[in-house]
Amino acid sequence: MTADIHRDDLASKTGMWLFLFTEMLLFGGLFVVYSVYRYRNSQAFHLAAEELSVFIGTINTIILLVSSTTIAMSITAIQKKNKKLALLLIGITILLGLAFLVNKYFEWGSHIREHIYPGSPVLALRGQGDVLFYGLYFFMTGLHALHIIIGLVFIGVIASKIVRNKIDSGNYVLLENSGLYWHLVDLIWIFLFPLFYLIT
Amino acid sequence: MENEKNHIIPYRTYLFVLAGLIAATLTSVAVTQISLGTLTVAIALFIAAVKSSFVLRIFMHLKYENRMFSAAVIAVTLLIAIVIIITLLDYLFR
Repeated sequence: MTADIHRDDLASKTGMWLFLFTEMLLFGGLFVVYSVYRYRNSQAFHLAAEELSVFIGTINTIILLVSSTTIAMSITAIQKKNKKLALLLIGITILLGLAFLVNKYFEWGSHIREHIYPGSPVLALRGQGDVLFYGLYFFMTGLHALHIIIGLVFIGVIASKIVRNKIDSGNYVLLENSGLYWHLVDLIWIFLFPLFYLIT
Repeated sequence: MENEKNHIIPYRTYLFVLAGLIAATLTSVAVTQISLGTLTVAIALFIAAVKSSFVLRIFMHLKYENRMFSAAVIAVTLLIAIVIIITLLDYLFR
């Protein structure tokens, strides 16, 4: 088996996009739930949203935007046969993803210390609206954080392929696909951030 | 296989887009701190939509890809928007 192995980059990317559409519909469904609960409990949502830290939310938004830029730039680097720069940019992306998770850890930690978590009796006393707001908050940001973890693993695998020259300037569709996944995670955060942190 | 449009996007382009995205983020934070009622929601969501279009077109290369991808993304976005609008209409006029 030395001859050309058939490769179809367009099909590979199409498959990735189809998967991303299912992700968009998954989060889209959650946004429908959010809209309805917010409409029915606007006062409670308003008060509960004010308790979230806009500062941490903004920092995390910027972290994700920068990490999206670095993974996008790594594609340019690999196209220009600059393997070192590509790996450096991917490394920065991974570090930023980890920084996002660390912030998330402290953020969730501070809520949990105040006895605010799904199923908490203290939260239940505050009424149905708060239970719904924090239920959605923990579920949606948690599902998003899970996507960050999966994205980090995905990008880590891609980085090891670049190190082993399995991905190079002539064959980088996998890097593009991991980038697409990472950008989708960023896109979802672009909507989660105003909905939970900003609109009070 | 022939490598069709292997479009190389300059680093500069990405950095410009990043600057724009951060500026948009800070703008939406600033705007939502002022209380404008329902207008706040509209402005925040509008800014989020503008930010997404840049992420989709530049970072996700839709601007340089086969048009099929853009068409599909628009279709899925519309589908989600329609579902949200119809659901809210139901709750508003119940």
